Amino acid sequence: MFSNLDFSVVSNSLSYLFFEGMTFTLMLTAIATVGGLLLGTLIAMIRLSSLPVLPQVAAAYVNLMRALPLVLVIFLIYFLLPYVGQWVMGASRPIAVGALTSSIITFTLFEAAYFSEIMRAGIQSIPRGQVEAGYAIGLNYRQMMSYVVLPQALRNMLPVIFMQTIVLFQDTSLVYVLSITDFLGAASKVAQRDGRLPEMYMFAAAVYFIISFTASRFVQRLQARTAIVR
Amino acid sequence: MEMISLRNIDKWYNPSFQVLKNCSTTIEKGEVVVVCGPSGSGKSTLIKTVNALESIQAGDIVVNGISVTDSGTNLPKLRARVGMVFQHFELFPHLKVIDNLCLGQVKVLGRSRSEASEKARKMLERVGLSAHAEKFPGQLSGGQQQRVAIARALVMDPVCMLFDEPTSALDPEMVSEVLDVMTELAGEGMTMMVVTHEMGFARKVANRVIFMDGGEIVEDRPAEDFFQSPESPRAVQFLSKILPH
Repeated sequence: MFSNLDFSVVSNSLSYLFFEGMTFTLMLTAIATVGGLLLGTLIAMIRLSSLPVLPQVAAAYVNLMRALPLVLVIFLIYFLLPYVGQWVMGASRPIAVGALTSSIITFTLFEAAYFSEIMRAGIQSIPRGQVEAGYAIGLNYRQMMSYVVLPQALRNMLPVIFMQTIVLFQDTSLVYVLSITDFLGAASKVAQRDGRLPEMYMFAAAVYFIISFTASRFVQRLQARTAIVR
Repeated sequence: MEMISLRNIDKWYNPSFQVLKNCSTTIEKGEVVVVCGPSGSGKSTLIKTVNALESIQAGDIVVNGISVTDSGTNLPKLRARVGMVFQHFELFPHLKVIDNLCLGQVKVLGRSRSEASEKARKMLERVGLSAHAEKFPGQLSGGQQQRVAIARALVMDPVCMLFDEPTSALDPEMVSEVLDVMTELAGEGMTMMVVTHEMGFARKVANRVIFMDGGEIVEDRPAEDFFQSPESPRAVQFLSKILPH
């Protein structure tokens, strides 16, 4: 039954698949991870603070993002962003926002909600005594967080953060709804052009599997190594 | 000269539970004061009010002439000069011993890295741990960790030291190495407030003993008097349980 398969379509399009497609996939994954982690840490710190109102706003944001399907958020931001831009910049017409920019903003905002929950757990896992010890040597809140709590929280949560990034790596394929050429998008285009759908999708599946599986094995080893001796 | 002065301290954890009840005492420069009492009597809470790790609802605290309770006081600056040693050491586990000792010096006192490092090594030598500067806290024994914690407080050139049950979490054979460092420190004239159950240390080193029960300071007397003739029945009962039979 597989006698009709012709995998030469794969080898002929390798440079397009990887240089165009995979490059974008990895870039989006990297930007959304770094951006989402920074924004998520900020959200987590706000939620754990005793500021007025802001913790509730942050919690509402996280709950909203986590309650919506990612595809819906991709569409929503893509269609709303021009109007938000218009409002923010006081322009007379909606601002043009490209699919690429929109996807980067969407994934960063969406991942921030998940990373904020991870960082919140990480911050809460640091014993109260560490906070007291930081204050006792004269650190202020900002210093105490940046030198005592956050480095430990980040380190404790590193395996979970990497696992979330692996999920994100797979989820970036949803940008196909904005016709962006990520790895899967590139594979789809070649597949349809050459009428080789089964071959290309099998190849794409193999690539996603190898990368994700290798990365998660790496995380398991990391987890065993980075546990801080107390 | 008064180093630490507590006046009429009241603290509630919630409206129905008062942990500190009208506590007052004064510690002179160079004095060593041991705070003891049954668990839950408010000893740890009291000592943590001195550098404002615990807030209070009423009363006044003055350390080295600076009010802790005044909202205008720069608390980080004040805390930098008040050394604190915790029951569970609380060294920063992600930093090497040497970096534990340099963090406050560099970030709070603004010392250069080399100056801080030199000071840190001197202090490690003093507590007998020169060989361990490049290790992480988790690689040290409890007694060694607590000595590092004392060194971490001392590198800040504190005007006084607070010890919150410094030997309670240690294995028995490690208690003396920590007490030796503390005794030496007291001998050099450091002002010390020590929450401890080590009555031998109190007898030998302390000028005064404060006995607390139920959030109140029940006795506040010279150490000899306290051990020879405790006044309150609660102190008598406490001593009979804690002193070696």
